[in-house]
Amino acid sequence: MLKDLFRKPKYVTVHADTVKKDIPEGLWQKCPTCNEILYSKELEKTLKTCNKCGYHFRMSARERINITVDEGSFLELEADLASANPLGFVDYPDKIAKAQEATHIKDAIVIGEAAIGGNPVVIGVMDANFVMGSMGSVVGEKVTRAIEKAIEKRVPLIIFSASGGARMQEGIVSLMQMAKTCGALAKLNEAGLLYITVLTDPTTGGVTASFASMGDVALAEPGALIGFTGSRVIEQTIKQKLPDGFQTAEFLLNHGFVDMVIPRQQLRSTLEALLELHSTGGTENA
Amino acid sequence: MPNMLLDFEKPLAELETKIDELIKFSKDKGIDLSEEIKTLQAKAETLKRDIYGNLSPWQRITIARHPERPGTVDYIKMLFEGFMEMHGDRHFGDDPAIIGGIAKFYGEPVTVIGHVKGKDTKENIARNFGYAHPEGYRKALRLMEQAEKFGRPVLTFVDTPGAYCGIGAEERGQAWAIAENLTRMSKIHVPVIATVIGEGGSGGALAIAVGDYILMLENAVYAISTPETFASILWKDSSKAQDAAAIMKMTARDLEELQVIDEIIPEPLGGAQKNPQEAARTLGKSLQKALNSLKKLPPEKLLEKRYEKFRSIGQFISG
Ligand SMILES: [Zn+2]
Repeated sequence: MLKDLFRKPKYVTVHADTVKKDIPEGLWQKCPTCNEILYSKELEKTLKTCNKCGYHFRMSARERINITVDEGSFLELEADLASANPLGFVDYPDKIAKAQEATHIKDAIVIGEAAIGGNPVVIGVMDANFVMGSMGSVVGEKVTRAIEKAIEKRVPLIIFSASGGARMQEGIVSLMQMAKTCGALAKLNEAGLLYITVLTDPTTGGVTASFASMGDVALAEPGALIGFTGSRVIEQTIKQKLPDGFQTAEFLLNHGFVDMVIPRQQLRSTLEALLELHSTGGTENA
Repeated sequence: MPNMLLDFEKPLAELETKIDELIKFSKDKGIDLSEEIKTLQAKAETLKRDIYGNLSPWQRITIARHPERPGTVDYIKMLFEGFMEMHGDRHFGDDPAIIGGIAKFYGEPVTVIGHVKGKDTKENIARNFGYAHPEGYRKALRLMEQAEKFGRPVLTFVDTPGAYCGIGAEERGQAWAIAENLTRMSKIHVPVIATVIGEGGSGGALAIAVGDYILMLENAVYAISTPETFASILWKDSSKAQDAAAIMKMTARDLEELQVIDEIIPEPLGGAQKNPQEAARTLGKSLQKALNSLKKLPPEKLLEKRYEKFRSIGQFISG
């Protein structure tokens, strides 16, 4: 069910003869919405969006940080924090080890201090490639430490969410991370600090139902799937098909849950402008 | 009236029926069967201890979901005086899956909030089987803020399979409602005590359970999801719910070990439905004790401890 959210854009399923023979596999991707063949170099220039239909490909945490923060400004925090196995779940350590190997990160979020347009921030970026970007102890702890760092440094916090929700393999411990991160955000609010949440594809479940939805300003990328329950589960529950565009960024904009839907090319400048508008800080209210 | 029997209780019930018949037969015919009866009674006693002393997580789930198990409405009747129900979230509507209001607890006004699943099919449907919509969580938050304004402690009762999954729930911001409760509840400056009385499922349970002290009935369960959902997400097969229940660590004892809950409330042998009054008495005593000790804390200390309670949950390895 939740896995369906994570169907990757198809990399090499097109017949080779539809692609120029001299382009090796891996140097191009097919747009999942308009089927356009997009070359990696072009995709890099368009920040991984389709130049024909505007589709936004998912990004890894590292890619996102690279296109968002000032060059050379990123100082990673808590990079070594890794998952334990609170339920003693059989295949879990193996699953984590494989995800670490594939993604070169220890869990589904990268956090650190950085600058955007010269404005100091604490930034957290989730990575949907790591066990569906799910939140277990490590994500919960790193989000909390990022919040605490923002409070300590008195700088704004920006979190890019991309997650299938709470991590089932850590059971109730994952669920409790929702209360933990929200509790920390309540402290950030008292400190009068800005929190910008950027909802990217996909943001669902326990991550939407905790820190990802609590921003002072909520931005979303076009077309991003954002919601509480996955659409398959809803369809099974209510036994009817969901309308087109249900749970997209645009749907949430219409229903009043995000402030702006911002194309990726304008995201950095939008963040810069927001940081600039809040550069005098907020009012402490403890 | 005898309770509806769960599958694993049937051998015991059969034996007890046999003993009753034998007693009647011996009386009617004037035959002394006291030896035989005694032997069978001893056997029944052993069987009872065997069955109820070694309940599997799945068996506890069936007890937690027992249609005659006392729920929020029953505990309100048995433990509180003069309950006045308040309705509505002031934005959209009133959600019958969560009720809330003001009542007296040992003579003191408190705010009571809890999920309600309903007792029969008609009420189940009216209350959406305890699956709340955003307006339910928003009503709960409104009543907690009302309690805070008037310095009333908040007692919540958790009994839900989860937050509702539907079009309206998404359109009205199910995730936002839950997140708002988690955030605000961490700062409500009156004592908040949550009791998991039946099923505690997912964010729908947690949304009224961010408290200073968490109690859990012996046969209640509390988890990231129902075992059916767990099995269907991880193994794509909801019929493996029993296997899921075995590994999810959802029983009161598991959760006490994981330090997610603070106290286990013992239930009458076989479950609260066997003797709701007794279950309520035991729970009432623990609630009173917890409340008295929380009331001694100044608000800053209370909030600091509440924060620390959730802040410290998590298991990880630091490089
Ligand atoms: Zn396209």
